[in-house]
Amino acid sequence: MVESQNTQNQNSVCFRTMHLDEAVRHTLESYRGIGGYAQWERILRERPDPNDLIEEMKISNLRGRGGAGFPTGLKWSFMPRNAPGQKYIVCNSDEGEPGTCKDRDILRYNPHQLIEGMAIAGYCIGATAGYNYIRGEFYEPIARFEGALEEAYAAGLIGKDIQGSGIDFDCYSHMGAGAYICGEETALLESIEGKKGQPRFKPPFPAQYGLFGKPTTINNTESLASVPVILEKGGKWFLEQGRPNNGGLKLFSVSGHVNNPNNFEVPMGTPFRALLEMSGGVKDGKALKAVIPGGSSVPVVPGDLMMDVDMDYDSIAKAGSMLGSGAVIVIAEGTCMVKVLYNLSHFYMHESCGQCTPCREGTGWLARVLHRILDGEGRLEDLGLLDSVAGRIGGRTICALGDAAAMPVQSFLKHYRHEFAYMIEHGRSMMAA
Amino acid sequence: MTDKLNIEIDGRVCEAAPGEMIIAVADREGISIPRFCYHKKLSIAANCRMCLVEAEQGGRPFPKPVPACATPVGDGLKVWTRSPKAIEAQRGTMEFLLINHPLDCPICDQGGECELQDVAMGYGGDVSRFAERKRVVKDEDLGPLIATEMTRCIHCTRCVRFGAEVAGVRELGATGRGEEMRIGTFIAQTVEHELSGNVIDLCPVGALTSKPYRFTARPWELTMHDSIAPHDGLGSNIRLHVRRNQVMRIHPRDNEAVNETWISDRDRFSYAGLYSEDRLTKPMLKQDGSWREVEWTDALTLVAERLKAADAADTGWLMAPNATLEELYLAARVARGLGCANIDHRLRQQDFRGDAADPLLPWLGVTASELERQQAILLIGSDIRHEQPLLAHRIRKAALAGAQVVCVNPIKLELNHPATQLMGSPAQMLSDLAAIAKVLGARGSSAANDLIGAAEPTDAQTAAAAALREAGGQGGGVVLLGALAIAHPDFTLVKGLAHAIAAAAECRIGYLPAAANSLGAYLAGAHPDRLPGAKPSETKGGAVAEILDGTSKTLVLWGFEPDRDLIDTAAGMEAIGKADFVVACSAFRSAALDEMADVLLPISAFAETSGTFVNANGTWQRFQGAVAPPGEARPGWKVLRVLGNLLDLEGFEYRDGAEVQAELAALCTDSPLDNAPRGDFDASPASASGSGLMRVGTIPIYAADPLVRRSTPLQQMPMPRCELAVYLHPQQAAADSLGPGDIVYAQQGHQGARLRVILDDHVPMGCARISGALAGSESLGPLVGPVSLERVKNP
Amino acid sequence: MSFRNLPLAIDHERDKSTLFTPEIRAAIDKHIAKYPSEWRQSAVMPALTLVQDANGGWLTQALMDDIAVYLDMPPMSVYEVATFYGMYDLEPQGRHKVCVCNSISCMLQGSEELIEHVEHKYGVKPGETTADGRFTLKEVECLGACRDAPAVLLDKTYHEKLSPDALDKLIDDLE
Repeated sequence: MVESQNTQNQNSVCFRTMHLDEAVRHTLESYRGIGGYAQWERILRERPDPNDLIEEMKISNLRGRGGAGFPTGLKWSFMPRNAPGQKYIVCNSDEGEPGTCKDRDILRYNPHQLIEGMAIAGYCIGATAGYNYIRGEFYEPIARFEGALEEAYAAGLIGKDIQGSGIDFDCYSHMGAGAYICGEETALLESIEGKKGQPRFKPPFPAQYGLFGKPTTINNTESLASVPVILEKGGKWFLEQGRPNNGGLKLFSVSGHVNNPNNFEVPMGTPFRALLEMSGGVKDGKALKAVIPGGSSVPVVPGDLMMDVDMDYDSIAKAGSMLGSGAVIVIAEGTCMVKVLYNLSHFYMHESCGQCTPCREGTGWLARVLHRILDGEGRLEDLGLLDSVAGRIGGRTICALGDAAAMPVQSFLKHYRHEFAYMIEHGRSMMAA
Repeated sequence: MTDKLNIEIDGRVCEAAPGEMIIAVADREGISIPRFCYHKKLSIAANCRMCLVEAEQGGRPFPKPVPACATPVGDGLKVWTRSPKAIEAQRGTMEFLLINHPLDCPICDQGGECELQDVAMGYGGDVSRFAERKRVVKDEDLGPLIATEMTRCIHCTRCVRFGAEVAGVRELGATGRGEEMRIGTFIAQTVEHELSGNVIDLCPVGALTSKPYRFTARPWELTMHDSIAPHDGLGSNIRLHVRRNQVMRIHPRDNEAVNETWISDRDRFSYAGLYSEDRLTKPMLKQDGSWREVEWTDALTLVAERLKAADAADTGWLMAPNATLEELYLAARVARGLGCANIDHRLRQQDFRGDAADPLLPWLGVTASELERQQAILLIGSDIRHEQPLLAHRIRKAALAGAQVVCVNPIKLELNHPATQLMGSPAQMLSDLAAIAKVLGARGSSAANDLIGAAEPTDAQTAAAAALREAGGQGGGVVLLGALAIAHPDFTLVKGLAHAIAAAAECRIGYLPAAANSLGAYLAGAHPDRLPGAKPSETKGGAVAEILDGTSKTLVLWGFEPDRDLIDTAAGMEAIGKADFVVACSAFRSAALDEMADVLLPISAFAETSGTFVNANGTWQRFQGAVAPPGEARPGWKVLRVLGNLLDLEGFEYRDGAEVQAELAALCTDSPLDNAPRGDFDASPASASGSGLMRVGTIPIYAADPLVRRSTPLQQMPMPRCELAVYLHPQQAAADSLGPGDIVYAQQGHQGARLRVILDDHVPMGCARISGALAGSESLGPLVGPVSLERVKNP
Repeated sequence: MSFRNLPLAIDHERDKSTLFTPEIRAAIDKHIAKYPSEWRQSAVMPALTLVQDANGGWLTQALMDDIAVYLDMPPMSVYEVATFYGMYDLEPQGRHKVCVCNSISCMLQGSEELIEHVEHKYGVKPGETTADGRFTLKEVECLGACRDAPAVLLDKTYHEKLSPDALDKLIDDLE
């Protein structure tokens, strides 16, 4: 059993309502009970300099929890806060990266903290309106969030001239309708604008030209929900929960072949080994074969290598992968990696928006070649072809979906080439042998 | 932001403006970067990923290849378009583009001029690594103009962006997601927009091609000939593609000041009319009621004799306003040489009471490119999209940039941009204008002042006036008069009010030319009151109305069809029928000409003669003939030259058309583009008299002139609201106890036509919209004038 | 591709008060009110959802055209949205939708067995509707319930950690 350095602070940020009764933990009363909205009301009362708040966010080293890991405070500082005209804060709750299921629980169990985080973010960037884009399949989380909005409006916590402060903040939900690509922040903006979710090229960046053409900041649900706690306990406290450049606590969704798959809010830098323990170990007592440590878009890491990795940006990068969204997909010994890769490639083919040539054409090509290999029709040259096609998608498209489609292919071929070669040669899985 | 900066492309230092994209700089410098989705006139999509290049800024390389179309320049930017990294990225994209492309180049119409084919020659591999099944996409029928082969589509979305951004109508879209994305109408409908053919040029592959041209020629068999489009006042710059003396197709030529990069479908597909079966190919003479072919000499000798013998006072010359400048000038010279000033080109005008006050050369008042920068536009009496498709596009651009567009019209237009539309009967149009004038405190002629005095401005009229005044104060307002103003029974008053409004609001005033060479006709002297150079004439001849009042004994009809191209076809044909001798110079035969003329002289049609058109701006655009006329047809200017010789008129020894043009040009050096009126537009209102229905007759876009009417593909296009029918407001129909589908006898004067009733709330109360220039409309009277409807009991 | 300009607002010249039902109009209006007034089209996704739900789970061209009218949009823009997002159906559907997640975490935990089970027991392939019209089987990409794999979205409710037997029970309870 490996102890992490700060296990006592587990579930102390986004999941700080988790210890409450499941039936009521999402209510305004519950949230008030743990000190919720205190930071927002302090801001309403004192009207602090937004720059100071942004500075606090920078100290916290909170990095974007949606997967890209861009420092949140720095992102806020890009907004032309004092420029006239409408500005927007947008929350990205279009959670759809395979393996990731953390934002859903924030929406279900702690929606008020998200609203408070959005309001504070709005104050910091000069936005008087916010939209939370929630994927359409999340019927229950949408209801929870909208219920919380109603409560917050009724309690005078958001709206116009809130509590006589002269501060306005209106918050709305926007439902998706089944498109992974809308998790890409500019596709999400297009979607709110009533269009297909096709990412915009950059520049201009959303901070200049965002929603409805206005300066906009888009943050992930977990990032925004972390804000009230960071302000309450201080950026330094948050930073020190983790490690330098890897501050704070982070939600990890552990899924796949483990006995107790779940979400864990633990300090950055928690050893993978400890996280696996918390999840009850590999299912059926099998050996660990591989881990995809940050959602389906990041490179796979062989199990033995992963056992020595700590769960933070830098350590995982050293192991050749990425922390991503914190979705830890555990794969047990005996799993056919060709099949797993086909599953991933099929996903990206299905979810490509279709605008960039390499992604539109390349993701289907990859999936079809893999399908052919699974059908026992593989050819020796297919391995080189897969590598090359993936290489011609990655880095060549408007958004990162192209990279996301390419990285698994390249990493699976790097670590499990022999399984692919076996299947091509024998027409059946090495795991069935 | 005007500071220039320097960037380096492939080692060459290039000047660039901040914010410019790399590809624009490269294009200017002649450095070619392959691309499919980028188009200078469309928004940037950056989706094809063909223009990926390697770049660094301030010594720091970009980690990935960047799209040249979507990467703005900055100080210290260095770009490599042909480095190994750039080439590998471009090769990668090319491979992806080709895996699902059918590579059916041998049977593809785009073969030989295909952007994909061209770039693939440079970047594609020899052997495909793609062993999977290729995508097959179902085709859609987009109508008579655009052929589809959607399996070839590479999803560049140029056509989709064109619809949204230029046409203003989203007929084509990209439905579906990922590799399932499909370009099409989704609901399989005809693409109807008047500029839709431009997607053929925009499509970089053979997915969208010209249906009339399809499978008829290969690009390398074609010779190119620059020309000018003959169907509207803009004079779009075009290129004729010719094979074996036949025009095979027409493409636009770039000219920012005129048509930018576009042409209308009318200009693109009318050439098909050249090959209609009723071309006139021999001079013909009617003897004892039957036609026989004669030699040119005999025909012209006869014509010369009869013209010389005729009483000049009873002779009239009616010239098509899309005849060439050379034809118009020589015709005017011949006519005046014979002492006849009865010459006119204003075939669709009925009210000439304002002639004395008219500007000498009524022109657009602004240039076409200035039009798109106006802040307020008052459009009076114009079905603008049908009349002037690309000037309509300029107005749309102005509107999208925030200009207030106000229309005073006897119909409601289908506009693809925001506009205030004041729709009312012809009499109501006068009231609307008077009300706007009143708000502005404008004064005009005494008749105009009576109307202004009686006006009670509404909110909409007040707002329109305010918009004009505000824009006018900043030098950005214009009042435009269109074909429905020209056809108005009180055109004089409409002009008077328009000039009064323009003056009071400090706006400019402009005339939308009725046809390709209306300005040229003024300059050539093809007008009863103008001498060459648009100079006022001492002796005033008779205008169209006088020439066709039934007293003319000798008539020359040039380049038009009296049953379609006159404002009052019924009365006009009757008057022509009464003449003793009628010479029709025409490229086409028709039943009406056969019946009315005594001599038919075959003249060259569009593309078959050199000539000059003077466009709405006053820009002279000369063109050469590209194909020989059929049979014994001859260019019109040559026919007139010989006629001049036979009549012993002086100075008809022209060696070529250019000499004719040069002679006229010398007379036009001081022709002012000045729309200031030369007097009062005073006339008592005619349209208000009587309480009956008024006909509102627009000319449908594909019925404008003889050539267009013979273009089969254009005739297959649907023309909503312009069928041969009576369009009535539902309440008007109810008041007259008429219902949709009823057959009525529409009577104007002592003639009329049987027509079907269609309900349409785009027609004002008190009006019946009945298009002109259609087969079946010739027995009707003035395009705008009283009409009565009577239900046919047993149709 | 993004049109960097205001929506191409179209006045369809149709009486909006005759479209849908008063309840649906009110519900769409609530969404319209969330956005700047010139961005009525921002309500297109919730409008499609509302109209689809009221039409037995699928959209006809006529309904999409009505939404275009209601939101001042070109019909094409509505078709594009309706065909882009996976939750809109343009074909008739069963009375219920059984959406089985097939993405990686669910696959590792047995979603393939779930799908095969339903295929065999009820004689439907993904995308097909049972002969009695009871439900349409759908294979969907990640539902975002990975810790509760395998997950099934049955109409509007998530059901988690499902075995074939448990899924059977759910289906048996469908009317």
